[in-house]
Amino acid sequence: MTLHEDLVRTVVYQHPQALEAISTHYCPGCTHGIAHRLIAEVIDELGIQEQTILVAPVGCAVFAYDYLAVDGVEAAHGRAPAMATGIKRSLPDRIVFTYQGDGDLAAIGTAEIIHAAARGEHITTIFINNAIYGMTGGQMAPTSLPDQRTTSSPFGRNPAIAGNPIRMTELIAAIEGSAYVVRRSLHNVREIRKAKKAIKTAFRVQQAGLGFAMVELLSACPTNWGLSAPDALKWVEEHMVPYYPLGDYKVLDAVKALEDRE
Amino acid sequence: MTVQLLKGNVAIAEAAVRAGLEAYFGYPITPQTELLEHLSARMVELGRVFVQAESEVAAINMVYGAACTGVRTMTSSSSPGVSLMQEGLSYIAASEVPCVVVDMMRGGPGLGNIQPSQADYFQVTRSAGHGDYHPIVLAPASVQEAIDLTFLAFDLADQYRHVVLLVGDGLIGQMMEPAEMPEMRPIRPRPDWAITGAKGRSKHVITSINLTAEENEAANRRIQARLAVIRAREQRSVEHYIEGAKVLVIGFGTSGRVAQSAVKMAREAGIPVGLFRPVTLWPFPEDRLRALVDDGVEAIVVVEMNAGQMLEDVRLVVGREMPIALHSRLGGAVPLPEDILEDIVAVAQKLGLAGPETVR
Amino acid sequence: MQEEVIFAGFGGQGVLFAGQLLAYTAMDEGKHVTWIPSYGPEMRGGTANCTVVVSDEPIGSPLVSRPSIAVVFNNPSMIKYRDQVKPGGLLVVNISIVEATTRREDITILNIPATETANALGETRLTNMILMGAMLAARPVVSVETLRQTIIERLPKRRQDLLALNLEAITKGVELAQAQLVARA
Repeated sequence: MTLHEDLVRTVVYQHPQALEAISTHYCPGCTHGIAHRLIAEVIDELGIQEQTILVAPVGCAVFAYDYLAVDGVEAAHGRAPAMATGIKRSLPDRIVFTYQGDGDLAAIGTAEIIHAAARGEHITTIFINNAIYGMTGGQMAPTSLPDQRTTSSPFGRNPAIAGNPIRMTELIAAIEGSAYVVRRSLHNVREIRKAKKAIKTAFRVQQAGLGFAMVELLSACPTNWGLSAPDALKWVEEHMVPYYPLGDYKVLDAVKALEDRE
Repeated sequence: MTVQLLKGNVAIAEAAVRAGLEAYFGYPITPQTELLEHLSARMVELGRVFVQAESEVAAINMVYGAACTGVRTMTSSSSPGVSLMQEGLSYIAASEVPCVVVDMMRGGPGLGNIQPSQADYFQVTRSAGHGDYHPIVLAPASVQEAIDLTFLAFDLADQYRHVVLLVGDGLIGQMMEPAEMPEMRPIRPRPDWAITGAKGRSKHVITSINLTAEENEAANRRIQARLAVIRAREQRSVEHYIEGAKVLVIGFGTSGRVAQSAVKMAREAGIPVGLFRPVTLWPFPEDRLRALVDDGVEAIVVVEMNAGQMLEDVRLVVGREMPIALHSRLGGAVPLPEDILEDIVAVAQKLGLAGPETVR
Repeated sequence: MQEEVIFAGFGGQGVLFAGQLLAYTAMDEGKHVTWIPSYGPEMRGGTANCTVVVSDEPIGSPLVSRPSIAVVFNNPSMIKYRDQVKPGGLLVVNISIVEATTRREDITILNIPATETANALGETRLTNMILMGAMLAARPVVSVETLRQTIIERLPKRRQDLLALNLEAITKGVELAQAQLVARA
């Protein structure tokens, strides 16, 4: 993209280099696009586009490698942390990250994420929690809230029958080997800015070799929730945030030092 | 090279190291654990990658990741563990990245036992996991052959960018035999298709998804075309006492080896019998078998430590008319030469190739 | 020539090592050889056995239903293997702790007080070497001289202090066997 010299000085927005200039397949109002963009901005700002490798999940973000302009692989459902382990161990000086939804990370891939964290793998995980199975059309997810209606919990999730939602960030934070584990949300601009900062820290943790880093992003799925885009964001704020409180659940001192230098 | 007394599992592990293994991921399971144990020391000594995974599911997906970066990578397991790897194997095959998997088969189904078995024949030769493909499958019958085929496995995996399974059993894995270990080979350069970070080139993506039927059919056709080449070029087998054989004994791995003793005894008793031992289970050595059959074989004795899984491949080659006797041991039992000999004699007697009092 | 030898006893009696030593010796003599242990939970249960096949020709089956030689270190092994030895074969019995007997007359039986003799030498762990010496005196699967050389060359450095005792134990085993064989002749 070339701009006139005069205009360059006044640029306030630029398409991130690490984000392909194509439209996505995501539904209107979906927050995957925001998450992708934040990651791309961070990759640009850290200057790591040529050394970054994405491990995409099974789920709505299955084509994430089409949208991010970095080398990418596509894992089997839930296995992204194992695949990332194989990649990172084989290429220790590259930046390897997984991008996983709640079904991928908190149901079928629970063992893989927990053990990647326990090994302190030097990888970064971006965890998209939208409390629903999006790609398969709105079934109950491990993170669906009590009473939440989905196509597989038509009377609302009854914990007595369907079990309880899992708070993965709290779980991973408790594991020796994780260095930076935080929960953010994408429901308004302020939170989005905070989310970006956390994503950047999570990548810097990997660069510094401090251990496993994960950022959970509370996300909206208006299509499968049956809500308008603005209502979906409101639903994140009013229903998800109370159950999944935002905050820093694990920040090693070494990571704090990184943040302070920022 | 000097002759050493080597245990099968350890020999395979060391052969893998010398063939240039850069990254190993595995999970303990009898009867292959010595393989993992050997690598847990050797790989670390050499500054290479060793990870004990949380499950076979994770192990094969770690292999998948490593394979995408272009390193020589492998895992090893035994039947129940290989069942858990089916998903990953299918993804690896679809992604067309090379890897080697060792399966020291044990008695199934279920938890079964840890005794020698060949009951994974279907699981490994038909299609390891879902979808439409065959992995390359190699079956050694001695420690030396296990070493040689380990080297070959890595070369074939690279050459065809495909999954190669090396299958043995507790007998091959636990046995010690004199064998020669080749010298250490240098690590080969990473292939240019690897995922290494898009530095100075356009980005690489390795995926197994092809959303439209057209795209996925094209991908499948490409895989099938490659399999056709493998099938034409890579059939391997070993023969013993084959000259003038009218009865052909067929067995792979341990069964083939045990059968060799029976064939020797039968030959000493004057029965015109030979041994055909497939070394590649896929591609099945159909060309050579067909030639032998055309050369005057009148009956076949198949020896397997399963219910006759390979027999189906034999039948496909030899047609409906050929008499085939099955000597089958199940659930971890190993055939004995004397028992196989009885079957050979019975078949030979039916054909009038042995008198009623032959071999007692 | 082909011999199939089963060594059987408790874990810790040096059963598997005796088999390996025979295998190394056979290899050093340029013979074909296979060694295969029992493995898995059975091993943890305290019993151990291994099968060694030594041959002038390539070996087909490394497993045998009827060994030509059984060396039994303990009572359960005696009960398990006494009837399996091929006619004309050899049964070497650690009579120090084996109570079971056999009436077989179609095989050679050596009753060797191996544990007692080892204790007299000051080291119970020499039981296996005494039985090995006895076996070779009756049936030269490999030569005793090669066995000595193999031990000298392959005994780990940290065990060198046991070298002389090992060699002495083998000699004792040979002597105990010869005394019985001569008495019978």
